[in-house]
Amino acid sequence: MSSIFRQFYFFLIALFLALPLIVVAGVSINQKQTLAFPPEGFSVSWYGEIFLNPEWRNALLASITLAVLSAALAVAIALPLAWFLWRRVAPWANIFQLLGVAPFTLPPVITALGMLTFWATAGFYGQPWTAVVSHAIFFVTLPLVTLSLGFTSIDRSLVEAAATMGADDRKIFRTVVLPLILPYIVSGYAFAFVLSLNEYIVAYMTVGFTMETLPIKIFNALRYGYTPTMASVTILFVLTAAIIFGLVARFGDLPKLLGAMASEGK
Amino acid sequence: MRREPAQTLGDYTPLLFPAAMLTIFFVVPFGTMIAVSFFQRQQGGFYTPAFVYDNYARFLSAFFGGVLGFSLMLAIAVAVCCVVLALPFTYLLTRMARSVQVLWLVALLSVLSLSEVIIGFAWSTLFSRTAGITNILVALGLMGEAQALTPSFGAVLTGMVYQAFPYTVLVLFPALVRLDPTLTEAARTLGASPLKAFFTVVVPALRNTIVATLIMVFIFALGSYLLPQLLGRPQHWTLSVLITDQAIYQSNMPFAAAMAVFLVLVTLGLVALTVIAGRKGEAA
Repeated sequence: MSSIFRQFYFFLIALFLALPLIVVAGVSINQKQTLAFPPEGFSVSWYGEIFLNPEWRNALLASITLAVLSAALAVAIALPLAWFLWRRVAPWANIFQLLGVAPFTLPPVITALGMLTFWATAGFYGQPWTAVVSHAIFFVTLPLVTLSLGFTSIDRSLVEAAATMGADDRKIFRTVVLPLILPYIVSGYAFAFVLSLNEYIVAYMTVGFTMETLPIKIFNALRYGYTPTMASVTILFVLTAAIIFGLVARFGDLPKLLGAMASEGK
Repeated sequence: MRREPAQTLGDYTPLLFPAAMLTIFFVVPFGTMIAVSFFQRQQGGFYTPAFVYDNYARFLSAFFGGVLGFSLMLAIAVAVCCVVLALPFTYLLTRMARSVQVLWLVALLSVLSLSEVIIGFAWSTLFSRTAGITNILVALGLMGEAQALTPSFGAVLTGMVYQAFPYTVLVLFPALVRLDPTLTEAARTLGASPLKAFFTVVVPALRNTIVATLIMVFIFALGSYLLPQLLGRPQHWTLSVLITDQAIYQSNMPFAAAMAVFLVLVTLGLVALTVIAGRKGEAA
């Protein structure tokens, strides 16, 4: 394919991906509270609104708390599991690997509805912590996949050397394994964090009536009309995701991580 | 250290926490949902334990058939559009410099992680009368007057292709990275144009990958629960939207659960197909 044709094709794809975000960015700096593009006047007050308006600020705090905690819990579930599968020969334990990948493969509505019926039956429906557990289970796939990849990339002779010198499992884990897989822990956490921040349906079905996360808040605002704060929050989210993935790419091997992730999804 | 079987019961301790969490909070909720799908609905949003097939019997209605047919048709359309757009794109991307690849991957991941709420809002803005794309066309003199392009089927399809496109690229990426570059080089040396080499060498070599990707994007699109609602009319609602609607707004949990179970069966059947397609790919 000729170079000009290729560049044009890539330009069109880039335009397709960026256009909605460009329009939303334009709308977010409108001076008045109208949905207009090109923007009329210039103002960053709608970005201030996210932090100054108590409703938006609470939603932002709820979203960040949820993402921080659920991503941590997801890593806490994935790490021992991935370690065990790497360390031991136990074919039946692969069933848990499968269970860890399942919520992410199935349509999200299914996990959401399962959680809703479960929490309602258990009598905890609407409690904020149920959303943390639900998100951790929903996104456990991501750290699980990155960590499995991390473990397979460890040179076993390093571990063997440590064992020969008399280190036990615990000591080997702390001094050899952990430093080697730390980048994979961080990227697994980062993926789970960003996706939890953006997740709507599971959060809505578990705590939607008692708590508002940012995506829930945007959806509710969308139903009752338009406010430019929705646009500024959207841009804030896009930037957050881009920065976090940019950092993962800067300090890790993004093409390799994604290569493993997609083949695992099958 | 080689992998070895667990020696003592104590060696299983690391498995305890993950196994308990996944069992209690994934297997049990899944079971609960299946149980509820057989429960009897009570007026006022409650349900009582029972064992009835009523919720499944409702599938036989023309309305449900229509929704199911539309969902499948929409998901097929999204999958085909995405693969057609993404296959040449991903192929060219894997042949670019590493730094360019990483830049694109970061951009694709950022779009992929966007909430459906945000994608829906962004496209409804782009398709709106006051701030939409038609304003640009008016400014360029191509159109007389700005108009709203949503709600419509085209808007739903565009939004869903936007949502699934990064996913498609990321699914295709590993297979295309592994594709032997000498294949196309040989075709080029023998005098094929780049376009001809792509269609006669790359596409046939990837036939099974393409089939598997189509199915995976199809499943992904089947899960879209908000875009049809935000960008379409009620006749554009899909099974996922209907499940949400029944569970939350109609408070008919048993029926929602029955539809969810049905959706799981459809998805699992398709995953099995993907695995078979993948096996064939390895054998070839």
